[in-house]
Amino acid sequence: MAKVLGKEVLRSDLIALKVEAPEIAKKAKAGQFVVVRADEVGERIPLSLARISPEDGSLGLVVQTIGVTSSKLGAMNVGDDIADIAGPMGHATPIKNYGRVALLGGGFGAAPMYPIGKALKEAGNTVTSIIGARSADLLVYEKELAEFSDQVLVSTDDGSKGFKGLVTDVLKQEIEANGVDWVMAIGPAIMMKFVSLATKPYGIKTFVSLNPIMVDGTGMCGACRVSVGGKTMFGCTDGPDFDGHLVDWDLLMTRQRTYLTEEKVAMEKYSCSCVPSAK
Amino acid sequence: MAEIKIPEFTKEEIKEIRKTRTAMPEQDAKARGRNFEEVTIGFTAEDALREANRCLACKKRDCVSGCPVEVPIPEFIALIKEGDFIGAAKKIKEKNPVPAVCGRVCPQESQCESKCALGKKNEPVAIGRMERFVADYERVNGGGSSNGQVKKPKPSGFKVAVVGTGPAGLVVAADLAKLGHEVTMFEALHKAGGVLVYGIPEFRLPKAIVQSEVDGIKALGVNIKVDSVVGKLYTIDELLGDFDAVFIGSGAGLPMFLNIPGENLNGVYSANEFLTRTNLMKAYLFPEYDTPIKKGGHVAVVGGGNVAMDSARTALRLGAEAVYLVYRRSMEELPARKEEVHHAIEEGIDFRLLTNPVEIVGEDGWVRGIKCVKMELGEPDESGRRRPVTIEGSEYVIEVDTVVMSIGTGSNPIIPNSTPDLEINRRGYIVADESGATSKPGVFAGGDIVTGSATVILAAGAGRKAANSIHEYLMTKVKA
Repeated sequence: MAKVLGKEVLRSDLIALKVEAPEIAKKAKAGQFVVVRADEVGERIPLSLARISPEDGSLGLVVQTIGVTSSKLGAMNVGDDIADIAGPMGHATPIKNYGRVALLGGGFGAAPMYPIGKALKEAGNTVTSIIGARSADLLVYEKELAEFSDQVLVSTDDGSKGFKGLVTDVLKQEIEANGVDWVMAIGPAIMMKFVSLATKPYGIKTFVSLNPIMVDGTGMCGACRVSVGGKTMFGCTDGPDFDGHLVDWDLLMTRQRTYLTEEKVAMEKYSCSCVPSAK
Repeated sequence: MAEIKIPEFTKEEIKEIRKTRTAMPEQDAKARGRNFEEVTIGFTAEDALREANRCLACKKRDCVSGCPVEVPIPEFIALIKEGDFIGAAKKIKEKNPVPAVCGRVCPQESQCESKCALGKKNEPVAIGRMERFVADYERVNGGGSSNGQVKKPKPSGFKVAVVGTGPAGLVVAADLAKLGHEVTMFEALHKAGGVLVYGIPEFRLPKAIVQSEVDGIKALGVNIKVDSVVGKLYTIDELLGDFDAVFIGSGAGLPMFLNIPGENLNGVYSANEFLTRTNLMKAYLFPEYDTPIKKGGHVAVVGGGNVAMDSARTALRLGAEAVYLVYRRSMEELPARKEEVHHAIEEGIDFRLLTNPVEIVGEDGWVRGIKCVKMELGEPDESGRRRPVTIEGSEYVIEVDTVVMSIGTGSNPIIPNSTPDLEINRRGYIVADESGATSKPGVFAGGDIVTGSATVILAAGAGRKAANSIHEYLMTKVKA
């Protein structure tokens, strides 16, 4: 059981929770994740760590409320209990001085970039954070990333803020203009795929944090099979970080869609049960 | 509690009943193939009394030597004959703390019952069915699992960490707690019980029974910490800082695949995933429970062990129209318990024996079929079983939308990787001697993480041995 200590609505569909988990907070490293079960009938889902605070024994989680579990978590308030939180799972992101690093966070992916970017900065890197959204009002985490980044570059599809275009365009400009030694991308698979495609011609090492479907998160079920460099690996115990140039993105995206039909059924049932009854 | 009437059989009657085993009441095969309730209903008191009278009470007691934990079988049967069912359960528990589980899932036909003297001419005594009966009787009429009913022992002052809450860990915890040691168990998942909870299906081992075993162990004062992945949240070395000894019973949980084309298609599951979704996460109750599972129309299960039988029968209960069991050897080599095979056939599982998958065929990322070749049995291999050989040109496709790979499990690397000075063998399992001692002082191990995947009773037996050695180890610490 883990108590919700704080809650912040970053965007209508992005909720940040501060959760009491002192033992995990003591052990977790940037890049690792936890497996969360919202309540007694809940599913186990992996969530990246957006904050690791051993000093007050808390973890930060950011959920995008698209499925039942993320919606249940998003609906929680300070003082509520999350049924289960287990971790830290997976390997930490390898932190060292790479030189000039570019970090791309797509949607909810900007949040777990926070502890990674911070650690990279502390390791002596020059950190460029790049975030993007359809429009300015949908951008999140700009302020937070600015805390440690040497620069935060922004792109919007409609040009309402920063560069008009995609984060990959901004990345290419940065590579051309100042040079980049190491790239990391966290976000939807399609975004990580295009970041990896963008850096490949330059031969820049590109890390991605994969988010396949998982059950236990400890290597027991194999649901999270991903293909990297032609080899089947487990996202939970071999990852979550992999070389983006070697990932079979189409396989990842196909496997992520396994339960699309069931997710709709579950979401409909959840939405119905959530309609507040008339008083 | 109903009064127990002790039957008085004449010599002739006894002679007659010794010929055939008392039948196990079961759910009708057709009905049970569509529900998750327990397949076998269990003996009545009359059944148990009849069966107990079949025992010859012979001097050789070969049945006891056939049992990995040497349950005093003739003695517990004698108590049943007297109508002392609770006494019989307690007698079993002197050697096996989890009879309600073992009575259901042990392969008795290759253990105790295979050695039964009566079995030479007639059917052997149904030891497992009686074991289950007295354990269930005690649970209902004797105030729960007797593991929790001992007087609180004097605290020894020693603390022991038990990693894993499966059969091995549960036995270690119970035994050490009864000796006055303070035991904390660590479970990676959110529910205690290990394979008894995530692996073995409800219809073969009701989870309420596992829960009562777990509750019994808690009642002994054992603390169970769920959501605690040892190797991640704490290393073994950190545990050694807080505890006087550590037992590792983390099981063999790493699923294996065949490494054939198409294995990453949507609709291909490891048996571990398929069973964990269904049992632990209760996907069969989706959407009441949030975890989904593909309720395949046509399902192929690859493998021939108990887990393969469990997977096939689970698929049927989830609503599959057809379930194929694909196994590369013949019925004779099938490693599953006879009873499970018999039940699976009764329920309508389509056995495709001497059949080996070579590819999983897909379309748009989803499984559409499993391409197999037919096999024939050649010369015996190193395991003594006749080696299956491919029949050239025998390829054919079974049209399925779901494939469950049940070809065994390996060692999970999380604990070995985070414990550099723990000796492991080349297959990744922890090296432990007969007493459960590992290469690391104060660290003991037992069950599947040492032997590779085996049975509940072997894990329980290893747990008991390890508990004894841990106790001895702690006692030498007192002297030091």
